[in-house]
Amino acid sequence: MKTLQVPISARSRRRTNPAYDFVAGALVLIVLFQVVPCIWGIALSFTRYDGMNAAQWVGADNYRRLLADPTVSASLLVTLKYAFGAVPLSLAAGLTIALALDEKWFRGKALARTLFFAPNVISLVAVAFVWEWLLNPKFGVVNTVLQGIGITGPAWLNDPRTALWCIILMQVWHGLGFAVIVFLAGLQGIPETYYEAARLDGASRMQQVRHVTLPLLMPTVMFLSIMGFIGAFQVFQSVFMMTGGGPADRTRVIVYYLWQVAFDRVELGYASAIAVVIFVAVLALTLVQWRFYRDRVEVLT
Amino acid sequence: MTSAGIRLWRLLAHLAIYGLAFLTIFPFVWMLSTSLKPEDEVFSWPPQLVPWPPVWANYADAWNIAPFGRYFFNTAVVAVSVTVVSLVLNSLAAYAFARLRFKGRDLLFMLLLATMMIPFQVTMIPTFLILKQLGWLDSYLGLTVPGFAGAFGIFMLRQFMLSIPEDLLDAARMDGCTELRIYRQIVLPLCKPALATLAVFTFMGAWNDFILPLLVVKSGEMRTLTLAVAALSSGLYVMSFPLMMAAATFVIMPVIVAFICSQRFFTKSIVLGGLK
Repeated sequence: MKTLQVPISARSRRRTNPAYDFVAGALVLIVLFQVVPCIWGIALSFTRYDGMNAAQWVGADNYRRLLADPTVSASLLVTLKYAFGAVPLSLAAGLTIALALDEKWFRGKALARTLFFAPNVISLVAVAFVWEWLLNPKFGVVNTVLQGIGITGPAWLNDPRTALWCIILMQVWHGLGFAVIVFLAGLQGIPETYYEAARLDGASRMQQVRHVTLPLLMPTVMFLSIMGFIGAFQVFQSVFMMTGGGPADRTRVIVYYLWQVAFDRVELGYASAIAVVIFVAVLALTLVQWRFYRDRVEVLT
Repeated sequence: MTSAGIRLWRLLAHLAIYGLAFLTIFPFVWMLSTSLKPEDEVFSWPPQLVPWPPVWANYADAWNIAPFGRYFFNTAVVAVSVTVVSLVLNSLAAYAFARLRFKGRDLLFMLLLATMMIPFQVTMIPTFLILKQLGWLDSYLGLTVPGFAGAFGIFMLRQFMLSIPEDLLDAARMDGCTELRIYRQIVLPLCKPALATLAVFTFMGAWNDFILPLLVVKSGEMRTLTLAVAALSSGLYVMSFPLMMAAATFVIMPVIVAFICSQRFFTKSIVLGGLK
């Protein structure tokens, strides 16, 4: 029926499926900037390459070197410390706030949600800049206030004991609104009837939270926890801005090390091998969490 | 609990949550406060939240530290062009994946989904090399073209387009509409909510992006705002806290204002971003 109305000349031009014209633009770009870089990146990890002279095939040398590189293991450890600090903190804070906001008696829910969410829309670079000022050891408001009540505050970002915690706090603060919104969505997904049943059994509000809300929120917890670990292995901007990996390498996360190897030392092959290892580590962590939570989610259903 | 006890408990909960909410925006409040102080009042005790009289001249001085007009222009050019072009290209592809039949469609779609799992660390170095090969370093092309299409946008729009009834499209086809006209006059108008959400998400991502500009930009005049802030923080320009915070304020405030005006889309798009 359609062909009847297509002029002869047009029909002969349209022998190819028009669908290909629709996808062509996007596909070419995605191949050029996603698929090719991915394959190229893996290939580069088996070479020695400085960006100027031709890449030299070195087999698995980069991976062997990586296993023996103390900075790789040290920065992986920093990244894990970061993850095990930031993820639970963000989950706990997000859940607590969401639980309060979800109560029927809570006034000004929209306002509170907006306030918690505000940092999330600002670039990490800009908020890191503001935090540097707050945490400035001499003139920052944090230490000024501490001094006022008779405590000499640490040097925060310049102190090896506190630097990583500052980064963790900043990142958790930046992402808190996201956790709150996702938890709120999860809470709204729990059917009211479950609570009614619990009330009939005489459960107090606290008991309802413990025995109804928390178990039913496990899928949300799983989602945020997996996303959190993936995000933890990509932390870069805050370290780049606030500490440059210091003091005493205490905040050198793995992506920051990757950046240094790639663009300060211009060892593109070795850096690519580190990138592949990060990718594999994230995949492994995701699978482990998947299995860990799956058992706990399935019990319910 | 007695009803008085419950009321007290609820009051405390409100106080705790709003206290925490205030702490959350405190960095911005303090930034604003510092930006309006004279140089010598910055370290006064007790810390002053509302500087009086406010030193508005800080803003004029901060604006002149660096070519911020140029940086705003660069950032706007990048964010607007990435948003517009990617919405067009992604929605075109999404329509084909949702509603057209062609050989290899499902395989291509699976591959597309797979690209969403590639982390940026893996593609970062080759992307830099590709842009260098193309001669696009330090140019708007390098800052924008890599963002012109993405699997996430295609995926999201496709899911939305699947909800458009096939009958509607068939009726249009029966009337002799070309697929391009169907896409433009039926599908796109129906997709407005999804397009708006994706637009906010894309715009924000491009406006706040740091890694790609860091890879691409070499010269001072191609800097985007995030790079300008990084340069400020490295102490390249001045060591005056009020001026630095004034600069931070005019970098941050447009985004905060945009956020307050279009909150609905922001929240939705952030949740989307997390799902990515």
